[in-house]
Amino acid sequence: MLRFLERPLVVTADINLNLVALTGLGLLTRLWQLSYPRAVVFDEVYYGQYISFYMKRIFFLDDSGPPFGHMLLALGGYLGGFDGNFLWNQIGAEYSSNVPVWSLRLLPALAGALSVPMAYQIVLELHFSHCTAMGAALLMLIENALLTQSRLMLLESLLIFFNLLAVLSYLKFFNSQTHRYENGRGSSHQQQVTCYPFKDINNWWIVKDPGRHQLVVNNPPRPVRHGDIIQLVHGMTTRLLNTHDVAAALSPHSQEVSCYIDYNISMPAQSLWKLDIVNRESSRDTWKTILSEVRFVHVNTSAVLKLSGAHLPDWGFRQLEVVGEKSRGHHESMVWNVEEHRYGQSQEQEERELELHSPSQVDISRNLSFMARFSELQWKMLTLKNENSEHKYSSTPLEWVTLDTNIAYWLHPRTSAQIHLLGNIVIWASASLATVAYILLFLWYLLRRRRSIWDLPKDAWSHWVLAGALCTGGWAFNYLPFFLMERMLFLYHYLPALTFQILLLPIVLQHISDHLCRSQLQRNVFSALVVAWYSSACHVSNMLRPLTYGDTSLSPGELRALRWKDSWDILIRKY
Amino acid sequence: MPPAIGGGLTGSELRPRRGRCAPQAARAVGRDTVRRVAARSLKRPAWSSRSFEAAGRWATLAVVTLLSFATRFHRLDQPAHICWDETHFGKMGSYYINRTFFFDVHPPLGKMLIGLAGYLSGYDGTFLFEKPGDRYEHHSYMGMRGFCAFLGSWLIPFAYLTVLDLSKSFPAALLTAALLTFDTGCLTLSQYILLDPILMFFIMAAMLSMVKYNSCADRPFSAPWWFWLSLTGISLAGALGVKFVGLFIILQVGLNTISDLWQLFGDLSLSLVTVGKHLTARILCLIVLPLVLYVTIFAVHVMVLNKSGPGDGFFSSAFQARLSGNSLHNASIPEYLAYGSVITVKNLRMAIGYLHSHRHLYPEGIGARQQQVTTYLHKDYNNLWIIKKHNTNTDPLDPSFPVEFVRHGDIVRLEHKETTRNLHSHYHEAPLTRKHYQVTGYGINGTGDSNDFWKIEVVNRKYGNRIKVLRSRIRFIHLVTGCVLGSSGKILPRWGWEQLEVTCTPYLKETSNSIWNIEDHINPKLPNISLDVLQPSFSEILLESHMVMIRGNNGLKPKDNEFTSKPWHWPINYQGLRFSGANDTDFRVYLLGNPVVWWLNLVSIVLYLLLGSTIAIAIKRGVQLPAELEGLTRVLLRGGGQLLLGWTLHYFPFFLMGRILYFHHYFPAMLFSSMLTGILWDTLLQLCAWGLASSPVGRRIHAMGIVSLLLATAYSFYLFHPLAYGMVGPLAQEPESPMAGLRWLESWEF
Repeated sequence: MLRFLERPLVVTADINLNLVALTGLGLLTRLWQLSYPRAVVFDEVYYGQYISFYMKRIFFLDDSGPPFGHMLLALGGYLGGFDGNFLWNQIGAEYSSNVPVWSLRLLPALAGALSVPMAYQIVLELHFSHCTAMGAALLMLIENALLTQSRLMLLESLLIFFNLLAVLSYLKFFNSQTHRYENGRGSSHQQQVTCYPFKDINNWWIVKDPGRHQLVVNNPPRPVRHGDIIQLVHGMTTRLLNTHDVAAALSPHSQEVSCYIDYNISMPAQSLWKLDIVNRESSRDTWKTILSEVRFVHVNTSAVLKLSGAHLPDWGFRQLEVVGEKSRGHHESMVWNVEEHRYGQSQEQEERELELHSPSQVDISRNLSFMARFSELQWKMLTLKNENSEHKYSSTPLEWVTLDTNIAYWLHPRTSAQIHLLGNIVIWASASLATVAYILLFLWYLLRRRRSIWDLPKDAWSHWVLAGALCTGGWAFNYLPFFLMERMLFLYHYLPALTFQILLLPIVLQHISDHLCRSQLQRNVFSALVVAWYSSACHVSNMLRPLTYGDTSLSPGELRALRWKDSWDILIRKY
Repeated sequence: MPPAIGGGLTGSELRPRRGRCAPQAARAVGRDTVRRVAARSLKRPAWSSRSFEAAGRWATLAVVTLLSFATRFHRLDQPAHICWDETHFGKMGSYYINRTFFFDVHPPLGKMLIGLAGYLSGYDGTFLFEKPGDRYEHHSYMGMRGFCAFLGSWLIPFAYLTVLDLSKSFPAALLTAALLTFDTGCLTLSQYILLDPILMFFIMAAMLSMVKYNSCADRPFSAPWWFWLSLTGISLAGALGVKFVGLFIILQVGLNTISDLWQLFGDLSLSLVTVGKHLTARILCLIVLPLVLYVTIFAVHVMVLNKSGPGDGFFSSAFQARLSGNSLHNASIPEYLAYGSVITVKNLRMAIGYLHSHRHLYPEGIGARQQQVTTYLHKDYNNLWIIKKHNTNTDPLDPSFPVEFVRHGDIVRLEHKETTRNLHSHYHEAPLTRKHYQVTGYGINGTGDSNDFWKIEVVNRKYGNRIKVLRSRIRFIHLVTGCVLGSSGKILPRWGWEQLEVTCTPYLKETSNSIWNIEDHINPKLPNISLDVLQPSFSEILLESHMVMIRGNNGLKPKDNEFTSKPWHWPINYQGLRFSGANDTDFRVYLLGNPVVWWLNLVSIVLYLLLGSTIAIAIKRGVQLPAELEGLTRVLLRGGGQLLLGWTLHYFPFFLMGRILYFHHYFPAMLFSSMLTGILWDTLLQLCAWGLASSPVGRRIHAMGIVSLLLATAYSFYLFHPLAYGMVGPLAQEPESPMAGLRWLESWEF
């Protein structure tokens, strides 16, 4: 019964001090002075908005991707007791005292810190040595761009963390020889346009039978059916929705849609619309709220009411243009549905206006299932397009590999202390070289194996292939799709891809040492070179440190000395 | 035991052991299939009847070819007016005859051949090809149409031979030929002065030569092997020389070559020297030869077009100096810029054009309501500007003043010569690029305000601080706002005459958009120098032509709210293109695939994927197929796979293209799809025949199936032929229309 008591209770702890040390260093570098600067830094201005939305539970739509990252950031705000009250409108604006800066930045920083030991563990799981694994982790530790990006309220470090976690879990649990590899999508986090579901009393229209003059509903109400001729009366202005053969403002191929105003006598009212229920089941189907997808076909010109998709200029308050489309053919933007619905009861215009201001009296239960909402949201995220614009610090994918670009994140309002997204040029260059070296070596071995020359032992070859497939594959999947994107791109989009290159770098070095150095002497010389190279990377990292942490104000001369590439934009104050 | 069925099987049995090349193999197949089709009762063909079978084989090919020619040349002269894109390509053919320089986004071979055909057939290049619907009158257009139809007619024999070689099956080849002969789309596209028949001719020629040379693989370095290999290379150069779509067939041949070399490389019985020879042969025939031909095409192109024409402005100033009639040709102009000079300012980025202004204001609501400043690609007196000192309005050309050169760092004013307004910028957003500032023409007779002052900077200080015409790269920095004058390359709406937007960008990033050079330069006080020294080398011309073409292609973006054809529309034959006429009184031609053919193709792709993956999985899982089926599955997987790859390569890249797309872009892919259909149905019916071998139906199911497919295709062509040969009378929705009842999809517009 109580057999287990016969044996002593033993706890054996097996602590890898390497991991502990790396985690400690990661936390130290990422958390040090985390709440400095107490001002909005670059894209915090966007993500901050979303955090506030979550705090206030307002729905929003962001094309940068699924909401998990935003939710995690919001979690930080929630734990820090953020009430969401801050106007996120300007980079560099000082945070008010109610913004818990430290806890908002904590999660990205933790993710960044944990990426360091994770890199160690991944290289170990790929069957390379502790020394190599240490190398990968130490490179992650001192990479300035990764460091900057994880110390702010931004999503990349979370994305990188989950990327690495996915790779690690795959290597540890699921561990088969097939090289199937799935990877976090290289999603990007810029240029969000939010779609506020602004409900406005000016959105109300009254459906009117052209044969009747009253705007009050019959008793009992007569349902509107497919094929009925109707007029649409604007609730607030009592004008009829009208279209005529006049070119629309932005879409000259289509007809202008307007509200007919009585005093223009030279143009007859053309305000009759035929209701066409697209998803009808019978030919006399009734028009249902939300469920019915309808088209409005203009009776005189047979134009179809359509959203052209163009933004009107300022005079149209940047709202979307509506036109009458003459050409036939079916298009999603011609289909409308009724979202809210109420019966009008008053005859007088003023009373009617009052009614429209009050909440609708008929409570419609919206039976949209979670799946329907989910799929609509997914579709909206994929199709939401931003105006293709230009940003001072936007760049092209080709500029990333060679680090030809940087982003100035923040500048101290008085001194010249500043934060830049700027990578460690030694690490970037050697990581790219390592990728090229890997590919060349791989092709070389592959060709020789085809001629039955086996350079590597079987195990070493499979480890080499696995590591390459994972790292170059991860790099390619996170990098190449950007060439196809016609949107604004920034240097930080490259960071997930860079992580994979950094993992590959010490692997290639170990391979060269193990298999290409022929004597112990060569091996020793190579090791010495590697140490020298790593020291130079550390040196560079230290030189760029003021731009990473933004804690030191450098003189204009010192700043100019840091501008190693002409294309780097380092801010120098003119006094 | 099931009876011997089909050519696929026998073809594979006949796979040569000794060296035997395509013609012989095909002959053997011909023998076998003729036996099956024509004389099924013959158990064993007598050796003496071999010549008879060869004759049968040639006769079938001849019939296929003749039918193809007959359908393509039937009513070729109708309609006797410009149809659709004939307006472009006919015009460009005329440019070659007139030797005037023009610009087009496609490489020149297709248009050169059209021009040549026109020239040889007596067309004198005088017809204007203004717009679709213009009548040809007395101008000779049949030569050009005939040439296109001639090349278009060869598609069918090529497809027939390709399928025959891949499947070794007569019925498969016949079915393919019928599908393409009776497709109204292919027919329409082959009957007009267009690039597509020429492009498809080269694509199919490359495919056929590649397949032929693959089947010579067992006799490397033999004469036929070299012949087909180099013919592949020549066809590739042709395809790429007509349109950049030719890259897809190059990709296909490339992949085929890589896998081929990989096999050879892994064959340890071959020495590395032999493998090296194989590699060299392919580099010679598939890379060097096409490249030489392609460059030759361009050399001929620039040699023929030596007169100034509508394309000048797309190219750099140095490029234009070689065109006779251009103001830069044999010109001599003052070397260094001085105050008072009248100049044109050209953007360094290709295909942007000259800084331009005209007497039209920006419309209400778009920045300040001042005079528009744009860039314009064509030469025009409105491109002329006078460079003046910022602070005096005295005439610098007054002989009493000494000549004063403009130098790096000077503050200047640019006065528009025609309207006397100054180049001006201010803190208003630019019309399209909202983060930039608007650039306008402001002031009168040179009197404006301090927003008219620009600092002129020389980017390449190779020629000192003075500004050398054509060579110095300069930028203009707005003094008040610090922004840089540039062109965004975006096309303005109709109010801006669809010229390009000029902005002042606050971002000082160095791009060629904001760098300019001085092209024309008039200053009577300065001595002139000759410009001949500035002529570019041929390699510079080649590079520049390609940059301009690529930019042009990328610039073909769909305009706002234009209904554009989407790639997913194409295989389902969703919507056609109006070639001629729209109303019931017009002679109407409508480019639309024969729906029976196209939908059969669509079904076949799905069926192929199902059947192919089933068989592939079965083989992977070690299922032992009966010996009779092995040949069939090999044809299906290898031959069919090649064609599926061709279809994929010619179709899916369009999904990634940002440029405007049209229905006719699908036709190269459709050729591959039709060949796949031929192979699929032949194999499928043979499999059925094998499965039902015991029943009496089984014996005839293959022949019956093929014959009914052929008849269905031919009948559908009979129904739909007015689409291609022309329709008059009421539209299809009217009951008395010749096409009544045939408008099966609402999206078809005939």
